[in-house]
Parts: sequence; C-alpha cells; structure tokens
Amino acid sequence: MNTVTLTIKNQPGLFLEADSISPDTLAGKKTDEITSLPVYIGREEHRLGDFFEVSGNAGATAADTKIIVKGDLSRVKYIGMKMTAGEVVVNGNADMYVGAWMAGGRITVNGNVDAFAGTGMRGGEIIINGNAGNYLGSAYRGDWRGMSGGKITVKGDAGSDLGTFMNGGEIIVGGNVDVHVATHAEGGKIIIKGNAKSRLGGQMVEGEIYVFGDIDVMMPGFAYREDVELEVDGTKGLFALYEGDLGERHRKRKGQMIYGKLYQLIRP
Amino acid sequence: MTKTITDVICPFCGTLCDDLEVVVSKDGKKLLEVYNACAIGAEKFLHSQAEDRLTRPRMRQEDGSWKEISYDEAIEYTAKILTDAKKPLMYGWSSTNCEAQGVGSEIGEYVGAVMDNTATVCHGTSLIAVQDIGIPSCTLGEVKNRADRIVFWGCNPAHAHPRHMSRYSIYPRGFFTGKGHTGRKMVVVDPRVTDTARIADVHLQIEQGRDYELLDALRVAFKGEQLPDVVAGIPKEKIIEVADTLKSGRFVIIFFGMGVTQSLGKNHNIDAAIAVTRDLNEYTKAAIMPMRGHYNVTGSGQVWGWQFGFPFAVDLSRGFARYNPGETTSNDLLRRGEVDAVFVLGSDPGAHFPFSSVKKIYDLPSVAVEPHETPTTEVCKVHVPVAFVGVEVGGCAYRMDNVPIETRKVVDAPEGMMTDEEFLTRVLARVKEIKGI
Repeated sequence: MNTVTLTIKNQPGLFLEADSISPDTLAGKKTDEITSLPVYIGREEHRLGDFFEVSGNAGATAADTKIIVKGDLSRVKYIGMKMTAGEVVVNGNADMYVGAWMAGGRITVNGNVDAFAGTGMRGGEIIINGNAGNYLGSAYRGDWRGMSGGKITVKGDAGSDLGTFMNGGEIIVGGNVDVHVATHAEGGKIIIKGNAKSRLGGQMVEGEIYVFGDIDVMMPGFAYREDVELEVDGTKGLFALYEGDLGERHRKRKGQMIYGKLYQLIRP
Repeated sequence: MTKTITDVICPFCGTLCDDLEVVVSKDGKKLLEVYNACAIGAEKFLHSQAEDRLTRPRMRQEDGSWKEISYDEAIEYTAKILTDAKKPLMYGWSSTNCEAQGVGSEIGEYVGAVMDNTATVCHGTSLIAVQDIGIPSCTLGEVKNRADRIVFWGCNPAHAHPRHMSRYSIYPRGFFTGKGHTGRKMVVVDPRVTDTARIADVHLQIEQGRDYELLDALRVAFKGEQLPDVVAGIPKEKIIEVADTLKSGRFVIIFFGMGVTQSLGKNHNIDAAIAVTRDLNEYTKAAIMPMRGHYNVTGSGQVWGWQFGFPFAVDLSRGFARYNPGETTSNDLLRRGEVDAVFVLGSDPGAHFPFSSVKKIYDLPSVAVEPHETPTTEVCKVHVPVAFVGVEVGGCAYRMDNVPIETRKVVDAPEGMMTDEEFLTRVLARVKEIKGI
C-alpha cells in the first residue's frame, strides 16, 4: 500500500471543499498530479497544492492507497467522501461530511469531526477517536434511505440526529448522545455506552438501539416487554427490552408484528 | 376629496387578507385611512406615510455616521461586494413580491450566492419535514367551509395572525360549517395560557419541549395501543379524549407555528405532526398547515422551489444548487464564518438572529434593502430604502396555503424612490457588466 501525506500549510479564509481527498480520486496519481487536483472555496476553484504540502505517490488502485492528512482540518469539508476502498487517516479535527456516502475502506480520525459524518454510508468503517457532531450516520436531507451498511465507532460523544432513517450497519458511541436517535429507522444497530437524552427511536419501524447509561425521557410509543441477558460489544449484562414505536407502521413476519427494539442495561 | 379603494391585499402576515379598504387623497399621493385590517396590518399601511421616512440610500462612514448617497452609488456598491465575494449570503426575500425574488435569484446564480429566506429561523424546519414525509394539506377556503376540528399547535393567531380565526379557522360560517364557531371544536396545544388558548374548547398545557412525545402519544392513542400514565405533563385519559375528538370530526385541520418549529427537535416535531395528520386520514379527512409569518415567505419558497428545486438555504456557490439546512442555513454560515458578504432584502435578521450572527454581519461588507430603519440597517454598511410592496407597488405574493394573490398598489411612493424589483434589476445589469456576461 502506497502512502500519500497531505499536510495543511495554508488555512482557507472561508471553508475548503476538498472532496478530492479520497483514495478513489488519488489512485494512480503521482505527487504533482495530486497537487493540482481541484478544491473549492465558495465559487473559486483552487489546487489542492495551494493549501496542502503533498508528499508520496498514490497506489495503482484505491485499495492500494493510504492518505494521511495532518494539521488543523477544522475548515476542511468532505474528507473521504464517496470513497470505496483504501485508507484515510486524519490527524486533527475535521469539518463536515467526513466519509459521507462512503462505500468501503477505512477512515480513522484522531480528533473530532463536525456534522454529517457518514451521511448515507453504505459500507466500510469510520473510527472517530474524538467526538462527533450532529447527524452522524444519518440520511441526506429528504432521503428516506439512510445509512445502509458499514460501521462507525466514536470514542467520545455524538450530537443529535444520530442514525436518522438508518436501515443497516452499526454505530457505536462510547460517550453520550444528544436527542433523536434512530428516528425513522428501518434497520441497523446503534450502541450508546454513555447516557441518552430523549426521543430514542421516534417513528422507528425496525432496528436495534442499546443504551448502557440513562435515558432522560422515554418515548411514549415504547412499551416495556421483558428483561433479557445479552452480550453487547463485549459487555455482558441484563437488559430491559422496550418495543416501539407503537404509533408507527410496522411489518408483519409469520403473523408476528416486528417492532423496533430498545435495550437498556439494568446491570452488567 | 378622497377616494376609497376596496379589495386591497394586506402585506403583513401569511394570512394575506384580501378585503381591506384604503382611503387615499384624490391625487393618490397620500394614504389617509385603512379599514378592515388588524392593528398590525393598518400600521404597516400608515407607516408608509411617516414624515421622517428615509427616501434615499445612505452609507455608513468611518466615524459611524450616515452619509446620503445616490441609488447609482448604492447599486455600484451592492454589485461590487457581491462580485468580489467568494461566497456571499443573500438573505431575506420574505417581505417582497415574487417578481423581485425572481430577479434576486438571477443575481444569486451569477455571483454564486447562498440564497436563504426567513424560513431559516421560522418554518424552514417544516419544509425539511415535508421533504422527509410529504404533507396532506388544503387551502384556507376548505378550512372555512369544511373544518370542524381545529388544532393550533405552538402558535398564537390571536396575536400573530389576528384575523386568521375570524376569516378562516374558527368563526366564519361556510358551506358545511353553517353554525360557525359553535359547530367547531378548538384544541390548543401550548405551554402558556395564550389569548388563543383562552378561547379553546381544550387547552393541552404541555411541558415545554415535549411536543414530539405528545404527538407520538396521539398516534399511539389512535391505534389503541398502551400509553404511559402521563406524557408531556398531560394525563393519558386527556390524550385519549383528544384523540377521540379528532377522530370523530368530519374535517380536522392542524395549524402549527414557531412553538414547534423552533423548539427542541424542530423538523422532527413537524414530521410527527404530519404523521398524526396522515394517521387521522384513516378515520376522517385531515390536513395540516404551517402558520407562515411574513406575507410572502411562502412565495420565496415557491420561486426557489421552481428555479432551484429547494425552498430555502440554497447554496449556488459551485454553480449548481445544493441544500442542507445545518450547513447552508444563514445562522450556520454566519456563525461559522462561511460567507464573506451579506445582502439583506425584505427581512430583519438584526432583530431576529442570535447576536453572534449579527456581529458577523456587522464585520462584513453588507447591504440592507429595506423601507424601514431596523436593527439590520443599523449593522449594515449601506441601507437602501425602497417602496413598500403591497402599498406603493403591486406584485405576486403567496398566502400560507400556497395560493398566489396579486397585491395592489394604493398610493404613490415618495418622489424618485425605487422599488425592490427596479433596484435588483439595476444591480443585476451591473453584475453582468462586471462579470462580462
């Protein structure tokens, strides 16, 4: 695997749209070709090299390409957008849309990410070693097909609107989350190891939510069913199972109504 | 001698009343009296006659004072800041006609602007919900003639849309609502005892920020599933009673306002309210409608929906339309420092945006096109006073139910004043010149 290192040298006055920073775009390109890839500030087109120090050549394919991005990237959007293979390592904080519409490969962020990370994700893996913003692993505006595959792991906290319209894949949040988790979800799995606030599983059709900590306000559409022994991401314990959202439409399987499932840890 | 003009349209709120009578002087230069309007609407007409009204553009000087400039100079400044900027914000658009909105959109396309209207701090969240799950709606005429179950959720028409209840929703006698308000059941959901709540048959005094939970509880109640004893501070029995009241109606209409669109959850609250409406259609006829504020905020959504495919927060900077509230909405752009020039027309962000956003407007090259002196004109570098749309110039406006209504000119603007459309047309021509198009 060949490694390309991008070190930010000039901060954009406004925000930089750098959807070029993806193994798929870099694949097969030499240092000078990578330097002249387009990036955008508002309506102006610039070269990647105007803002980043580029070193190394990319591999022949996306799968053979690893990108290391260094420095303060809190004004850089779209890192790893639509990538299908390869690896991206971000050493710093990144702005919006990290790994949006990602289909494969792996992104590791050693810092925080802003909103819309993993939007409409289809496959691959995102590891965020800091906190994530709002709309992590959610659907794009107006799309009723949200995250459908892949895995997102956040060490710290996540914001609101986690996994909206999710219908596959897995999100693990090590810390706390804000309101609205798995709204409109039709599948997928969300594990919250810290506390949750309110509106978990609102309008949820199907899928699973696991909460290890407290839930401030339970949705009225979720009803307690039973206690179950489970092992969730390495933690064994007794969980209370709630089913819902009772107000929402649901499918039947073998004559049995299928609900969204919300498990809350009672004791490890 | 005076003359009376009838059937005048009121350019204040989204109710867009069309039965005003205005008395003007014989030469049509002075507006003397306004009949049938609410206090706010009448004031809007009468304010155009203010003695101290500004009639020429002005530019802020280094020492903070204003200097009068010509419209030509204002046009030059506006065209220059828009073409110099990498990503200008063109905000407002709700208190002007669709014709001006159309010209403004063309400027936005040439300069790669982000176009946003007042929905961004108002009913934009409703528009997000509509895009997510659709909307079963109707016109206000249908409400007047058919609705017998009226819900006001998080809105206070007694003060914000003063003639809404008398013209459409509660009091009028229509084809199938011959008994007027006695044949209607009125439900108000509001944490405060507002003047609207005082006249309701049922007032659900909900806990602040628990609208989503209560809406969900209604859906559970419709289906006859089990509910917790208390939801959002409302006992289970009361929720079931209201659910039954709604189900038993012939035509249910839910009106909603800022209390749900801009409180916790925002678009999700509306999403759930639309789901409630959809569920009710299993039992009876039901519709839902946002109580739009500015008289033509609906129109700017219509114009942009038609031109760009999105009703607000449209980012044109890359040459194609993008839309993602949270990123392309005015307050996010301003607070994050994503824009480098601000153009405001027909709105007052200075009064309604958070201080952190207003401060950014103050720091940037900025123009406010606005007949009044407002907090926005105070923070902008150039203020361009224009004629009042709906008073001194006509043009198309859309009512809250998306019905287009042609507003009327009733009186002349002061000598030499431009309209929004004239000003924008000149700016557009200058922008094209600068860009060599």
